[in-house]
This record gives sequence, structure tokens and C-alpha cells, in this order.
Amino acid sequence: MNTSARRFADVVVVSIKGRVDQATSEALKAELAPHLERCRPGQDHVVLDFGDVDYISSAGLRVLMLAAKQAKAQQGFLALAAVQPLVREILEISKFTLVLRVEATVRDAVAAASPAGRQALDNG
Amino acid sequence: MRIRFWGTRGSIPVAASAAAIRGKVGAAVTRAAGRRFETPAALDAFLDELGITVAGTFGGESSCVQLDAGGDEYVLCDLGSGARVFANHTLAARRGMPAVYHVFMSHTHWDHIMGFPFFMPAYIPGNVINIYGCHAWLEQSFRRQHGAPSFPVEFERLGAEVRFVTLTPGQGHDLAGFRVTPRRQRHGGDSYGYRFERNGRSVVYTTDSEHTLDDPAALQGFAEFLRDADLVIFDAQYSLADSISLKEDWGHSSNVVGVELCQMARVRHLCMFHHEPTYDDAQIAAVLAETRRLEEITRGDHAVRISAAWDGLEIEL
Repeated sequence: MNTSARRFADVVVVSIKGRVDQATSEALKAELAPHLERCRPGQDHVVLDFGDVDYISSAGLRVLMLAAKQAKAQQGFLALAAVQPLVREILEISKFTLVLRVEATVRDAVAAASPAGRQALDNG
Repeated sequence: MRIRFWGTRGSIPVAASAAAIRGKVGAAVTRAAGRRFETPAALDAFLDELGITVAGTFGGESSCVQLDAGGDEYVLCDLGSGARVFANHTLAARRGMPAVYHVFMSHTHWDHIMGFPFFMPAYIPGNVINIYGCHAWLEQSFRRQHGAPSFPVEFERLGAEVRFVTLTPGQGHDLAGFRVTPRRQRHGGDSYGYRFERNGRSVVYTTDSEHTLDDPAALQGFAEFLRDADLVIFDAQYSLADSISLKEDWGHSSNVVGVELCQMARVRHLCMFHHEPTYDDAQIAAVLAETRRLEEITRGDHAVRISAAWDGLEIEL
């Protein structure tokens, strides 16, 4: 599992690649921490691009739950985007779709986060 | 070895409402429209076709599971309200003949002991009831509910010989024809799971047990407790999202963690147990279907059979 981040105005898109399981969930938690710290009004909106995540375990879902709780407490915007069908099923079975905002594409998530972010994304 | 489920509901007994039964009858009549059943077998086949949500129910008695290895003595896990049903069935079958009962207690929360005041063998001289557990307050818990101000009959008036036996967690005990190993679990006031082994077969009864997902070593340790079991009876009361948010530290687990642990441990059969009391039959059936799908899409080189326990279910090992 590895991550990379891109900025579109006030939206940070964190792209995650690989499996998020017992072996990698703590690394994901650490890599998300600085982005989540800034996930609050007046700072950043955060989008997690799950397009290259092919599996997530309960340990990984726990990291997402903690992220959602932190974002909510800070009144920040956090969304998942481009979730693969299999991972989407895991989110639904574990009832995480009731907890997390999930958008079909990264562009949808960025647009939902902020107009400035969408414009920056569209302008390339 | 045969496993019989006498009570499978979590936290508190529940009963199907009049509206729920009316709904089932309506669904059955609708599905039967235009069909004729010339023989009882044809009707049975139709009822089987309807499935548990229409032609049956998961039931509402609280925890009680029997391990029947074919001997003359009885082996149970927990004395929830399902123990009353077991006792009535057994007394009728024995026609008054005394018997020895062995009961392994996960813990002493109310839903796991509430069947004992209605456990008729306890009132009959000649019966012997051995109650095993790992809590220091095991005996006190039973005595406290059996008498004023909770119940009209004092514990001292029971006719059977009731013995309380404290077991050591992590240690194998040869009891009631089984090798029995208790393991401490995360639950308010602690709970204990039991691994039962006999003639190369193994069953693990693990209810009222929460698992910490941020501790891989603890999960791996628990998987070792389940390792290669033929059957794991697993507390799957909550969804994963509930178990790590609103209901975190409430002491229960989820279907998702059950599948992961059983995959890690290469368990043959995961039977979900201690169903959420607010769920109706359709919701439990939906959890079962989702859990089977989860097992399918996350399967490696080992398949785990998935089922959901219901009051009256029997599993042959």
C-alpha cells in the first residue's frame, strides 16, 4: 500500500494504492494524519481516491472510521471516491456506506467539496 | 457430534409480533396461490421453498447451545432463556429419569443466566448440575437471581445437586467427555470462549466477545484459539460500522470480523450467533446473505461455510 497527494485549490486528493489490511492499515493511518489535521473549514477538504484499492479489511475500515470521526468533529469535508466494485461491496456489507460519504468519481467528490477545487481540477 | 441451538438471540429474548406472523402468513398464502398440495410431503417441500423468513423464524430465546456427543450426560453452553426449552424437551424425553448436566458459562450477564430459574431439572432431586466458569462471582450470580427480590423460590430450595466449578483460562480440562479450553474475551466484566475437542472434532463457542482491530497480535492470538475448528459459534450481533463507532466497547463483534478470523484460522464452518434483538427475520437473513457474499469475495485458498443460528437448528459434525 502506498499513497500520494495532489492539491486542487482547497481540496487535497489522497490516492491510495494496494491492499489496506492488518499489515498496512497503521501506515495508512499515519499517512492520512497530516491531511486530516487540516480537514476543517478554512483549510482543506479531503478526498480519498480509492480507485487503486483492491481490498480493505476490518483494520483498514477502522482507519476510515477514525478519519470520518475526526473530520466530523472538525466539521471538515471527507469523502471516498472511485471505489472499486468489490471494495464497494465490502463497504456496504460492513455498513460503512452509512457512515462515509462515497462519490462515484474523484471529480464528483472534488466538485462536492468545493467549486474552487472543481475548477482547479478541470483546468488541469 | 451434534450441536443443537436452543437459544440464539443476543442481549434479551424476543418474540415475533402479531403483525410479523400475519405478514408471514400473508406471504405464504400469496406464494401458494393456485397451487395444490396433495400430500404432506408436497406441503413440506413448499414450506422448505418459502425459507425461514416466511415459513419459520430465527427465534428469540437467549443463549443456550447443546453439544451432544451421544453420551447419557448433557452438555450445554450458557443458561439463557433457551435453557428452559431444552429442559422441558429433555424432561419429557427422559420421563423423570435423573440425569447429569454440564454447563459451561461464557459469563454471568443476565441474558446468559436468566433461564436457570426456569430450568426444571434444578428442582428435581437426583439430578446433578455442574456449572463451569472462570468468573470468581459465578456462584454468587446464580444465587442472587434465584430468590428475593428477584424470584419467588430461594436457591437453597432447589432439589438437584448444583455444583459450581471454577476453570482456569488457557488450560485444557477433561470434562464431560470433551477436552475443554476456556479463553478470556473482551466484554464488560470479561467473558470466556470455550474450545471443545473430542475424537478429532472441534467446536468453539465464542459469544459476547469484542475484538480490537488495532492490535494484529491479539487478532492472531484469537485466530489460534479458533485454528482449524470444524465449527465456530460466533457473536455477530453488530455491523462492523456499529461495533467500532456507536457501540464500541459494548462487548460484541460483527459478521465481518467473524469472517476474517475464520479465514485466518482456516475454520470449516462459521455459525453467526447472538443475533441483534432489534432485527427481524428478514434483517438476519439479509446479514446472512451479505456475510456469505463477503466470504466469497474475500476468499483465498480456503472456503468457510457460513450460516446463521436459529432456535432449533441442529448441526452434525
